[in-house]
Amino acid sequence: MTQKKIKDKTITLSHGNGGKAMRDLIDDVFVSNFDNPILKELEDRASIDLVNIMLEGDRLAFTTDSYVVDPIFFPGSDIGQLAVNGTVNDLAVGGAKPLYLSCSVIIEEGFSIATLRQVASSMKNAANLAGVKIVTGDTKVVDRGAADKLFINTAGIGIIRRGVNVSAANLQPGDAIIVNGSLGNHGAAILVTREELALSSEIKSDCQALNGLIEVILDVCPEVRAMRDATRGGLATVVNEFAIASRVGIRLFEESIPVDEEVKGVCEILGLDPMYLANEGKLVLVVPRSHRESVLAAMQSHPAGKNATILGEVTEQPEAVVMLKTAFGTERVVDMLVGDRLPRIC
Amino acid sequence: MKYVDEFRDPNRAKAIIKEINKISDRVIDYLSNGKKKEQIKIMEICGGHTHAIFKYGIKEILPPTVELIHGPGCPVCIMPKGKIDDAIELAGKSNVIFVTFGDTMRVPGAKKNLIEAKAEGADIRLVYSPLDCLKIAKDNQDKEVIFFAIGFETTAPSTALTVLQAEKEGINNFSLFANHVLVMPALQALLESPDLQLDGFVGPGHVSTIIGTEPYQIIAEKYHKPIVISGFEPLDILQSIWMVLKQFAEGRCQVENQYTRLVGKKGSKAGLNAIKKVFTVRSLFEWRGLGEIPNSGLEISPEYKQFDAELKFNLSNNKVPDNKACQCGEILRGVLNPWECKVFGTACTPETPIGACMVSTEGACSAYYKYGKISQKV
Repeated sequence: MTQKKIKDKTITLSHGNGGKAMRDLIDDVFVSNFDNPILKELEDRASIDLVNIMLEGDRLAFTTDSYVVDPIFFPGSDIGQLAVNGTVNDLAVGGAKPLYLSCSVIIEEGFSIATLRQVASSMKNAANLAGVKIVTGDTKVVDRGAADKLFINTAGIGIIRRGVNVSAANLQPGDAIIVNGSLGNHGAAILVTREELALSSEIKSDCQALNGLIEVILDVCPEVRAMRDATRGGLATVVNEFAIASRVGIRLFEESIPVDEEVKGVCEILGLDPMYLANEGKLVLVVPRSHRESVLAAMQSHPAGKNATILGEVTEQPEAVVMLKTAFGTERVVDMLVGDRLPRIC
Repeated sequence: MKYVDEFRDPNRAKAIIKEINKISDRVIDYLSNGKKKEQIKIMEICGGHTHAIFKYGIKEILPPTVELIHGPGCPVCIMPKGKIDDAIELAGKSNVIFVTFGDTMRVPGAKKNLIEAKAEGADIRLVYSPLDCLKIAKDNQDKEVIFFAIGFETTAPSTALTVLQAEKEGINNFSLFANHVLVMPALQALLESPDLQLDGFVGPGHVSTIIGTEPYQIIAEKYHKPIVISGFEPLDILQSIWMVLKQFAEGRCQVENQYTRLVGKKGSKAGLNAIKKVFTVRSLFEWRGLGEIPNSGLEISPEYKQFDAELKFNLSNNKVPDNKACQCGEILRGVLNPWECKVFGTACTPETPIGACMVSTEGACSAYYKYGKISQKV
């Protein structure tokens, strides 16, 4: 069946009222893009066959996340791609193979339908790249001002590989800390886009799915201790969570922390620290020391990990504290983020 | 990064540290003058220096004989509770858009901060330059746009230029809540305190680009303390510390300038003229932790009173005493170390700051809490 395009240009409250206008919008924008047999049943729930997915592992992983980024289009990515990759990554860093996602949208009255199509198309592309299917969804429209443009929630399920057991509480002294590439690009790209700063740069968000890279890593090292994607709060927050959960120390080497020159520049101007900036495609993982070279080599052979590098190690002391060996040759504590990273004024 | 990494070179740092080590014992002998003295106490006045000292771990590489005391040079930290309450009062008025720099949002007033006031409905917006206020004013002609002007001489010129621009463009729905402060009166108040434990100063870089090096003469001449105006990179700061020590070793007491790439003797004529045109000196201004200091703040001069939010809105001028347990004053005078304060790290933390020194990341206590808690064994 070929879907006919709806003629409306703008979202009105009638697109969320459960009637024909809503059905036409869902068919035009979402079903046509996400295009898969489970979704096409258009029941109130997706029906998923268990027999095949049980071959992937022995535990179900289930997660949810809401996406409210402003602006909804930004250099290198957009809210749609983010909504797919963010949830895919939350599953993947738990050692799961991501399989199915839901997509719930809350749209502000007056939003452009052409823009909504663009977002849905971006979700489709991201889902195809990550190898997941969007199999159920919901559409709500709220009065102008009751939401800002477009909010998306995606939930996801995946299957955790047999024998893989990653947890922030697993770290052992001697373990190596690895990251898959340069840090802070997403946070810096969003900051620069906010018009009040009047900065211009070529910085692009690093938004990408990490499940392909993580599969490669688990193939060579099922003993991975812990993995997190370094989103809000950045690298500093992830390693602090590791150190606290495992009651160990962590030592980072500033000279090994990969940061692009332009991101460094933005941080200098705004008084920010790239270790605290958000990422949307950066994996921080901890592996036993004996596996660090093989994991690094495997990561570097994958497109999402070609700039992977070892940037720290796990120590016995000081317990639950992250230390940074600075490029200046000194040592200091790297703390959790307190409040927002607001620009300094003097 | 070019022109930045050169000032963060660890090998050059080692060379300066070697010189500092060489000279510091001689300085101790000189300062002891027969009495027992174990440490040379040098205050870095500016919050930007404090931040860099912790970020680069500079304290850790200095010899134990050289102690750095963190000064009152963060304009956010020294804003008293009463002023924050005034700001919240202005922000809460109907038809007002209250505009501020991000740093002020977390500063606690008597009952709440600006973040909470915003959550309760006040229209509070963040800007990076005061000139952005004029665009907001033009876009919202039915509302009054009030700018919460804070900062030392560094930021006062840009506030002054914004007022002059508003006058030129005939913008009537813009006003200032002026809380600019002056660095020298605060330093003199410190230098006059009887329990002062400071031997010398690392002087502020950014402020000095505006005021020049001349106003500091009184520190050397009347109070007999050496001062070196410094840049903000770690090598700048180390070199400035060495220059202070060298003055002692050579029996000199002078104003010296390490930050010659930006600071001149006379400062910025244009900046000073803008300040002079728009502002006059307040007879008294209250500093959190230091109390009221004569002639230490700026207010809008009578010629520009149409831009004065205090007059326009008949402000209550709230007065709220500092928390009694807070020992920021002693910390700023070098009498106490941050971790020796009764509430440091317990009632007073970066999440729930009580005193000036914990409020901004540039405050001495916040910096200790964040970067120094391991080495100080608190």
